[in-house]
Amino acid sequence: MRRLLQAAVVLVGVTLVMFLLAHIIPGGAARAALGARATPGQVASFNALNGYDLPIWDQLYRYLENLVLHFNLGYSYRSNETVKDLIFSRLPKTLVLLGISTVFAVLVAVPLGVLQVVRRNRLLDYVLTGVSFIFYAMPAFLLGTLLILYFAIDFKWFPIQAPSASTVGGILAEPRGLVLPVLTLSAITIASFSRYMRSSMMEAMAEDYIRTARAKGAGPRRVLFRHALRNALIPLITLLGLSLPTIVGGALITETVFNYPGMGLLTTNAALGDDVPLLLGTTLVAAIATVIGSLIADVLYAIVDPRVRYT
Amino acid sequence: MALGPDPMILEELVEEEVGPVEVAGAPAGGEATSGGGLTVQLLRVFVENKLAVVGAVIILLMILLCFLGPVFYHTNQTNSQLALMNSSQNSPPSAAYPLGTDGTGFDMLGRIMYGGQTSLEVGFAAAGIATVVGVLWGAISGYFGGWVDAVMMRIVDVLLSIPLLFLLIVLAVIFQASLTLLILIIGMTAWLVPARLVRGETLVLRVRDFVQAVRVMGGGGRRIVLRHIVPNTIGTIIVNATFQVADAILLLAALGFIGLGVPAPQTDWGSMLSNGVSYAVAGYWWEIYPVGVAIVLVVVALNFVGDALRDAFEVRLQRR
Repeated sequence: MRRLLQAAVVLVGVTLVMFLLAHIIPGGAARAALGARATPGQVASFNALNGYDLPIWDQLYRYLENLVLHFNLGYSYRSNETVKDLIFSRLPKTLVLLGISTVFAVLVAVPLGVLQVVRRNRLLDYVLTGVSFIFYAMPAFLLGTLLILYFAIDFKWFPIQAPSASTVGGILAEPRGLVLPVLTLSAITIASFSRYMRSSMMEAMAEDYIRTARAKGAGPRRVLFRHALRNALIPLITLLGLSLPTIVGGALITETVFNYPGMGLLTTNAALGDDVPLLLGTTLVAAIATVIGSLIADVLYAIVDPRVRYT
Repeated sequence: MALGPDPMILEELVEEEVGPVEVAGAPAGGEATSGGGLTVQLLRVFVENKLAVVGAVIILLMILLCFLGPVFYHTNQTNSQLALMNSSQNSPPSAAYPLGTDGTGFDMLGRIMYGGQTSLEVGFAAAGIATVVGVLWGAISGYFGGWVDAVMMRIVDVLLSIPLLFLLIVLAVIFQASLTLLILIIGMTAWLVPARLVRGETLVLRVRDFVQAVRVMGGGGRRIVLRHIVPNTIGTIIVNATFQVADAILLLAALGFIGLGVPAPQTDWGSMLSNGVSYAVAGYWWEIYPVGVAIVLVVVALNFVGDALRDAFEVRLQRR
């Protein structure tokens, strides 16, 4: 309950930040929409039409009322649609990409981390650490392009572009097109999660309960999987929650590289077209999704770890 | 990659929930160690850790290459008319152009130096801003506690939940970024992690005896925060600042890819890479790999140094 309240406070804060961002545009929203050559008359009528001539508190009230009651985020400057429609038509596709990539990343990173602990301070451990450092340091757009270059153009194993179907079902019907985007998006997550798994497993192996388990005669495999891994996995949930903003940011880059018609591509195009309402809309939705995601992570954490209770 | 806190910093954030870790860099009590002690400690890190030495050497060489290189290797990097008249656009590496030329006709080796100046400047300057703001914010919040802490930390929570890249893009679009503005924007969005880390440590430090003693002797809040709390968190601050530089370089690269990097004729590694990537299908590899390697090298090197520093500063790891 307390955690829920905290999430609510954060959500209110996020909307306030978005409202403020819309109002610190130099020259005002009118200049951003109409361009620098708009006449004072045009600016005045734009302001009157959109309520920008009202006192700031009235504007805030109207903004919140529109947002909460109708999820009305205004109109895109560039395309003749509401921001809400644009976002909701793209959001499911991004969620699909995010979901698959995150699950894939965890499924690869955990065994990798365990493998490194088993072979710690041997050649394989060093090689894997080095590789994860490189993937961590490589900009996602570079990785994505290299994947396209080798696996789509040279070897022709996968299509160059991500599936462009307009429905989630249509996208899932072309799994081959999803392979490269998912690899691109999960590479960073795998690199950071496996590093984390390695260090938290190493830490767990030094704990007293591991010594107890060994003393009781548990074999190395049992100690590793039943005792160390289980305890090292719990904080991974929190790490996942904390990494969400990064993963969402990575999705933006990945979608832009592969021309995947999700929220990220929408945001990039909005940014390049100076489409401020759309840009603020996608950012707000990304933030809301992040808040909900980390809330879910915390609840899961409380379920998995009996020591933590949110009252 | 890009755009996110280093996993190990996340780990520290996770730990912060449970209870902050003691800093080895801090003495048991009293004011922080003198500058000499810290320097010696830093030197010992590099003597003991080979990867840290490799990392530090790479960073130094890269700084020398970018800032001193142009003194010895003169190229035109600002006049695109002149570069266009030069008839060799997109030419592969040759004796005249060691790393070839780009689509405008700029010499790529010179361009890596020129763009590297921007990337490194933004990286270090933005990390500096983020560290100063974050440390002060965290120390003040943690020291004063109560509703000040509650309000300041909720602000951090709110900003942390907006994906950093999205926030950066919004600011870059709204303010039509120049080089200085990009530094400010990245710096002002990256201070949240150090703020949380330092607050966590301040919560432990403020109940320690030496802080109580200063208070009894009449030291005010400002003196306690600046002279006693901040110096004692120096380990965390230095480690985090190292990772901040790497992250800032990657964030700038991401902005450059989207097309929101420094305005022409200036350039940065991200914008260069983004240009090169658009020629990927044409097979102009010299426009991708050298600058890609430069980014990865510097970021990996900074991570090596950061990791070694953290190992040195953390009591728990030292014990092992």
